[in-house]
Amino acid sequence: MARALINVPAKAKRGEVIEIKTMISHTMETGFRPDSSGRPIPRDIISELVCKYNGEEIFRAELFPAIAANPFLTFFTVATESGTLSFEWTGDNGFSASESVNITVE
Amino acid sequence: MTRADGMSQRTRRRFLAETAALAGAAGLGLASHPAGATPASMQAAIRNVTGEAKLNKGKVKLDVPALIENGNAVPLTVSCESPMTQEDHVKAIHVFTEKNPQPNVIGVHLGPRAGRASVSTRIRLADTQKIVAVAQLSDGSFWSDEVEVIVTLAACLEGA
Repeated sequence: MARALINVPAKAKRGEVIEIKTMISHTMETGFRPDSSGRPIPRDIISELVCKYNGEEIFRAELFPAIAANPFLTFFTVATESGTLSFEWTGDNGFSASESVNITVE
Repeated sequence: MTRADGMSQRTRRRFLAETAALAGAAGLGLASHPAGATPASMQAAIRNVTGEAKLNKGKVKLDVPALIENGNAVPLTVSCESPMTQEDHVKAIHVFTEKNPQPNVIGVHLGPRAGRASVSTRIRLADTQKIVAVAQLSDGSFWSDEVEVIVTLAACLEGA
């Protein structure tokens, strides 16, 4: 299981725009590099991140090999209600990881 | 004698010209990595997103350092002016490069719940090149911004 880091404010005012920072450990092997014997190393990347706020999708990113190793993504959302932000990464070779954080909205 | 000299001069010139052309072609061959993106393939990738719609300049801001020491992790931020309401919001943001092995870098899908149309990440850059960001608005219009960057150490395409 890949290690994922999520940074979301624990508390927010209703209607406030909050910043969400995500990072996950992954080599993001491009598929364009040859190994020591000259054969190309097969592609192994995370191709998608979906973020849901209380089950509703608020952000989706398609990633390509041009994303640096340990994909880091920052984006924003409006704090509407208390609940859970869930994150799901999917990628090559059946890669899948998920993480969730709670947020209190006052 | 003079005439012969003239002849040799001409062949020499031709030889030089041809060698230069060959070297140029070889240089190009080296510069463009196998299956590398080209300005044309970047345009094709952009067309793939925009379709027939007109690509306007403005509204979008692509933030990336102009001089990059390490192409393996380049901080990049794309933001777009938008009130982000149900009627008027940014639907998607895409980033393309001219000379990476593939033109596509990232495509994000947003909605009015994003509050602010801004996304940051870290990308790989294989060469000194042009980066283009395209935003799709809810009214179906497309806006873009482009930045020329200089990369001193390219993201490794060589052996591990």
